[in-house]
Amino acid sequence: MGDIQVAERALQHHFADMEQQRETSSFGMWMFLLTEIMFFSGLFCAYLVYRASYYHAFVEGSQKMNITLGATNTAVLICSSLTMALGVRAAQMGKPKLMAILLLITILFGFGFLGIKAVEYHEHWVNHEFPGPNFHFETGDPAHPATDAQHTEIYFSLYWAMTGLHALHMVIGIGLVAWLVIAGLMGAYTPHYYNPVENVGLYWHFVDLVWIYLFPMLYLISKKHGG
Amino acid sequence: MAGHAEHNEETGSVGHIAPARLYVAIWAVLMVLTLTTVLVSMVDIGPMNIVVALVIATIKGTLVVLFFMHLRYSPKLTMATVIAAVFWLFLLLSLTMTDYLTRAWSTYPGH
Repeated sequence: MGDIQVAERALQHHFADMEQQRETSSFGMWMFLLTEIMFFSGLFCAYLVYRASYYHAFVEGSQKMNITLGATNTAVLICSSLTMALGVRAAQMGKPKLMAILLLITILFGFGFLGIKAVEYHEHWVNHEFPGPNFHFETGDPAHPATDAQHTEIYFSLYWAMTGLHALHMVIGIGLVAWLVIAGLMGAYTPHYYNPVENVGLYWHFVDLVWIYLFPMLYLISKKHGG
Repeated sequence: MAGHAEHNEETGSVGHIAPARLYVAIWAVLMVLTLTTVLVSMVDIGPMNIVVALVIATIKGTLVVLFFMHLRYSPKLTMATVIAAVFWLFLLLSLTMTDYLTRAWSTYPGH
């Protein structure tokens, strides 16, 4: 079966041609990502409000972050975005095996990110830095001895909620990319029809984009007590 | 080429195919900017720390959206969608903060 036959089979009857179908599918994905931005924005907004109100508590909370692991994870995600972008390119050029290899590397980077995140989560967990009845925080700042542990707990609530929601998106992303690898090797995509690859790529880059903001907001608030 | 997706002559592919070296170049810039943001955070420049951090994050985000997410080669409708998202985000954050940041301005005793 040649490329053209696969392409004709992939064209839905309500579209004029493959290009119109691709643009429509991509626009739909962007609309979904727009709702995703608003979904994360609720948390970003809560972060902004509490950071403005309890700045010192946020500084102290952020000093419990492991910047080396956080920066490494940022680099891991950027590398995964590169292999994802090259994977989409391989699909556009009609190279399913190259696409599968690049997407498998993307999946490995994805697991690498989650693994490093799990190490960080474990550290916070054993240090009682998880909001709830076992939360415990000693202020280490002589300039602000009255920094309320409850306010630091707000920082950690936002930290777990934001990174947790992001990690959930990573897990979903890994599942989607795995599906692309299998479908790709079965010959589902051609240079005329690769909409699912393009759209999962958009999703993956979006998740990277969220982390690009989470990293400085949660890890790099201030190195100096009291800012 | 933000107008309309082109038809690639060589492969017959629908959509624009960016050169691999462009992706690698963007990746390199993103890695350098990540290192920069970590190094700048080690230096105390007061309130400018958060400004620099957010500016670098926004440059990184813009590169990801324009090139990795192909916005540069997408129809104007997609561009409008992204601008709408940023605008709505701005509305949410700015209108919320006009409330919280001005609560201390009350000059009446007891408020």
